[in-house]
Amino acid sequence: MKSRFGKKLIAVSVTVALIALGLSVSSALAARDNLYIVGSSTVYPFAITVAEHLGKKLPKTPKVESTGTGGGFKIFCAGVGESHPDINDASRPIKESEKNLCAQNGVKDIIEVKIGFDGIVLATSKKGQPMSLTTKDIFLALAKQVPDPKNPSNLIPNPYKTWKDVNPSLPDVKIEVYGPPTTSGTRDAFQELAMESGAKSIPELKELAKKDEKQFKSIAHSVREDGAYIDAGENDNLIVQKLDANPKALGIFGFSFLDNNRDKITGCSINGTQPTFEAIASGSYPLARPLFFYVKKAHLGVIPGIKEYVEEFLSEKAIGDDGYLAEKGLIPLPKAEREKVRETVMSLIK
Amino acid sequence: MNNINLSTADKVRKTLKKRYRKDRLFALYGALSILFCFLFLGIFLIGIFKMGWHAFLETRVNLQVYFDPQFVSPYNIEESDYEALVAKALSTKFPDVRTRQDKRELSKFLSPRAVDVVRNFAKAHPEIVGSSVDLWLPVGDGLDMLKKGVISKENALQAGLVTEKNLERFERFVEENKVTVSFNWYFFTSGDSNAPSTAGIGGAIVGSFYLVLITITLSFPLGAGAAIYLEECARRSKFKDFIDININNLTAVPSIIFGLIGLAIFLNFFHLPRSSPLVGGLVLSLMTIPVIVIASKTAVSSVPPSIREAALSVGASKMQTVFHHVVPLALPGMLTGAIVGMARAMGETAPLLMVGMVAFIVDIPRKITDPASALPVQIYLWSDQPERAFANKAAAAIIVLIFFMILMNSFAIWLRKRYERKYGERG
Repeated sequence: MKSRFGKKLIAVSVTVALIALGLSVSSALAARDNLYIVGSSTVYPFAITVAEHLGKKLPKTPKVESTGTGGGFKIFCAGVGESHPDINDASRPIKESEKNLCAQNGVKDIIEVKIGFDGIVLATSKKGQPMSLTTKDIFLALAKQVPDPKNPSNLIPNPYKTWKDVNPSLPDVKIEVYGPPTTSGTRDAFQELAMESGAKSIPELKELAKKDEKQFKSIAHSVREDGAYIDAGENDNLIVQKLDANPKALGIFGFSFLDNNRDKITGCSINGTQPTFEAIASGSYPLARPLFFYVKKAHLGVIPGIKEYVEEFLSEKAIGDDGYLAEKGLIPLPKAEREKVRETVMSLIK
Repeated sequence: MNNINLSTADKVRKTLKKRYRKDRLFALYGALSILFCFLFLGIFLIGIFKMGWHAFLETRVNLQVYFDPQFVSPYNIEESDYEALVAKALSTKFPDVRTRQDKRELSKFLSPRAVDVVRNFAKAHPEIVGSSVDLWLPVGDGLDMLKKGVISKENALQAGLVTEKNLERFERFVEENKVTVSFNWYFFTSGDSNAPSTAGIGGAIVGSFYLVLITITLSFPLGAGAAIYLEECARRSKFKDFIDININNLTAVPSIIFGLIGLAIFLNFFHLPRSSPLVGGLVLSLMTIPVIVIASKTAVSSVPPSIREAALSVGASKMQTVFHHVVPLALPGMLTGAIVGMARAMGETAPLLMVGMVAFIVDIPRKITDPASALPVQIYLWSDQPERAFANKAAAAIIVLIFFMILMNSFAIWLRKRYERKYGERG
């Protein structure tokens, strides 16, 4: 008797549970009513700040995933519809191949919105010696293949072991750099801004760039794999901790990580300019890259809140010189450019 | 002959001491290994505790706030400008603040949450419009960290977490005895946020709760049922051996593969809502079922055959034997396996990544199809943020997760002890 009652109880409760689950599922298979944003881990802190501000006005707060710029475009360009994201954050402009992927999958109108700048810094622990580097030093220290010092038109695998080998005015310290992996947009930007510009300052490579662009890029973008450059993963806090433990090493990450840890690390000056907010905003710091987000025009009007999100993001309160995003570490566009972006984008969103 | 026997006995006696010593040494090595393990565990726990215990506290200051009818309308309590109220309250206390630069500095004295505290007070007491009230408001995270002793004054100043002027203002509150460090309930009730002082694990806890609920509802009946079938009803054949081997292998499959299955089947084929605990629970059930099957199989096969034979011999049918006699005796083992499987599922992040639960989600989920996060996911996201105070919050979330793990595992042990029956007793 006891076991039969027990069995009945179990049967009834399981049925009730399944019905309850079924009801809540069916009621919610309606259209998605919150924004779905993917993309760059660099733009992520700014996207979540705007999302939170917006969440106070809209019924549902936008959902933001940090997938990396490239990963984000893959998901973004997979199609149109509510199971696909509305917005992709990017720490670099969209590539041709990504535009093609989008077109192939029916994602035709994409609106590009430029929101500001980020600086890539090379930092070292306060316990070590901050160096004054040029992009040429960076290229020679970190490239996989460098021009043979004896015969510069030949390329040899990178023989330099210490910074002094690269440039006699630099200290005699082993080259050890922690940086982002190849999946990171920061790495793409570093290769383009630091390595390419460093390579171009070597006359032979500059010639090569004019003759064979593709080969030049492959040389400029290859980073050495013999242990001097260490892929430190996507977690920038980890790089900061490693620098604290190893005062002779350098780390590559975004400006906001330097800004939040100034008691532990200090930035190296690049081509004579220190990585400060003002230097990046004015364009005098060379390793500055623009940040964007891309909106799917097809989702406007279907998913509630996209227009409000773009408006909030582009408002002076957010990306202005004194905006809350500037406090978070976003380096603002010059005022005139801000107005222009606002005008263009808002007219496209009508 | 006697001589040989005696000398053998002597030989044995001589080596006896050595053998006893070897036994003692072996026991010592075993004890040392356990001590070593506890040492590492202790270092980890102490480290996490030191980093995270103060995130359960928050520093507040007592400030008089005037609910100016200009800014607060009793007809529109929700939408009134509470930021202006807080700014006015601060500038009344520190009237020497004039320039825009100084005003911005002053606005960082309090946490953004102070505005929410004032708003909630007005909503609860709408009659307060027109009068002043002394409210305890949370300070910004720099001052909070400084007061709790997390960071030294020099480092805080250099890292830009506090400013000299704000430090002086804080000192004034201290002199007037208007500072308190109290328990941070907000940490448990609020969802994620971009600012450390407003962020909490409330959303993550609800998400984890839904995940565990769905996982156990799906995986326990299916896992236990499969185990009972395999042990009791299935005929021994090559096919059954094949299934047994595969189930054993499934427990060793990396959890992210289950995430990929979830993405392909539940999201892309069935179009279930992304980032929902429903999909996350389905994926985690896939992961937990093999664990439960193995534990239940062991439990069921450890019931002595004499019980089955006795039941059959007094006329019970096969199903009656299984469900009235074997299963109740095997239940403690099944439950232990289920709870251990749950504890593992609660700590998984990789499969959730593939189905979109690794995301910034502020709203606390209300149904299983709302987007939600989970506790291990929250820890991962916070540990990646640049603001210093997030490191402490992540450590505090780790403490909460460990607490739940210990709770679940202790419950499993208690359950097993309580329902362990000696075979032969009538249960």
